[in-house]
Amino acid sequence: MSIPNNLKYTKSHEWVRLEDDGTATIGITQHAQELLGDMVFVETPDTGRKLQQGEECAVVESVKAAADVYAPIAGEVIGANPDLEAAPEKINQDAYAAWLFKLKPVNIADLNNLLDAVAYQKLLESEH
Amino acid sequence: MKTTPLNQTHREMKAKMVDFGGWDMPLHYGSQLEEHHKVRTDAGMFDVSHMLAVDINGEAARSFLRHLVANNIDKLTQPGKALYTCMLNPEGGVIDDLIIYFLDETHFRMVVNAGTAEGDMEWILAQRDAMARGLEIVPRRDLAMIAVQGPDARAKVWRVIEGSQAVTENLKLFQAVLFDKYFIARTGYTGEDGFEIMLPSVDAADFWNALHAAGVAPAGLGARDTLRLEAGMNLYGQDMDQNTSPLESGLGWTVDMKTDRDFIGRKALMEAPVKRQLMGLILLDRGVLRSHQKVAMSPGKGGEEGEITSGGFSPTLDKSIALARLPLETAAGDEVHVIVRDKMLRAKVVKYPFVRNGKVLV
Repeated sequence: MSIPNNLKYTKSHEWVRLEDDGTATIGITQHAQELLGDMVFVETPDTGRKLQQGEECAVVESVKAAADVYAPIAGEVIGANPDLEAAPEKINQDAYAAWLFKLKPVNIADLNNLLDAVAYQKLLESEH
Repeated sequence: MKTTPLNQTHREMKAKMVDFGGWDMPLHYGSQLEEHHKVRTDAGMFDVSHMLAVDINGEAARSFLRHLVANNIDKLTQPGKALYTCMLNPEGGVIDDLIIYFLDETHFRMVVNAGTAEGDMEWILAQRDAMARGLEIVPRRDLAMIAVQGPDARAKVWRVIEGSQAVTENLKLFQAVLFDKYFIARTGYTGEDGFEIMLPSVDAADFWNALHAAGVAPAGLGARDTLRLEAGMNLYGQDMDQNTSPLESGLGWTVDMKTDRDFIGRKALMEAPVKRQLMGLILLDRGVLRSHQKVAMSPGKGGEEGEITSGGFSPTLDKSIALARLPLETAAGDEVHVIVRDKMLRAKVVKYPFVRNGKVLV
């Protein structure tokens, strides 16, 4: 399973990508989608909502279970992926393309507290 | 962890394995949704060898079962016929739900759930010792069980078991026949046609692989659950258990009180008022219904709240559905609210099953 080098990760299996314009895009990892199985429902946070780091802000539900998604960093929600309402299975098809929502970070430096690809890989190995 | 004779086969087929009540079982082989659709439109197979067949042998078999279970064993008059029934405790709660096959007057075979098998055996043996000492009770862990389900299931089984078509083609629903080393029953837990087949454990892997070669898709416990939920079939431990009455669990049709037959739990059932019923729900808002979510009733439909006993996503309806225990006053067509996290989602009350033989009924 490849873990993209250009993303940051959380222990709760979210990924974050810092965009050129300073916004952050957030999704769940390939590992998370594998654990959950076929996705059937996604609930994303409303635009304008201000999130604290670690705050419950989205829900992904598979045929099997519901899982909370936590904000990897603090920030204001500036948009959610419109494709997922009709096609949540896009997360199964490509977890790193099917983003959930975008944030305007309070402090971009918060990203430094997250895991890089190597550290996330280690985390997965330790969970086995 | 306990394993079935097909454990290695599941692993070779890249199954995602899970701990299911102490059994190492396949959840899916890639996509639970695809497995579900395959069963609704073609044919799928499930390893259900974790369930336990128990043979009841002896002269007193019928009279023993007349007392042991809530449905009336005397409905079984033709060899091969099967009966779905609950086994109750004296308080009227459900110890287990099971199928009993009538083989001949001195041979009956029951099939009980995996999670309850040990407790069932203890209970059955205790009842045997109290009332039918000569009766032989034989757990058959030497048998494997494979359910082949779907509109094309029977035809595919006929291709695999040579000569089986002639003897099973005219089997009615809930009827079984022993053919060679196969005990073939026209039963299932999906709402589709098909067979449940018992055979010696040593032959299970070869049979499974032959079915696969004939185009039967392996399907895991995940699809089994969404299929049975759409079919409106109860799951023990969720929709009923030892603390719930079958009469409040959608199982009244399996409790036979027409005669004065004295069965365990009867007295308690007759004394306890029935206040709730199992009904179907279809979610009208976006989201997914899950077991244990509370149901808020509309004004005038009873102050007591209801609870979802089984909920999930229905792949056939492409909506979320549930079975819920609701006040007796609730009727099909009512709109209720289900409390999902911090939201109140609208749901419609319906009569189940939701799906039978590939067709949506709600």
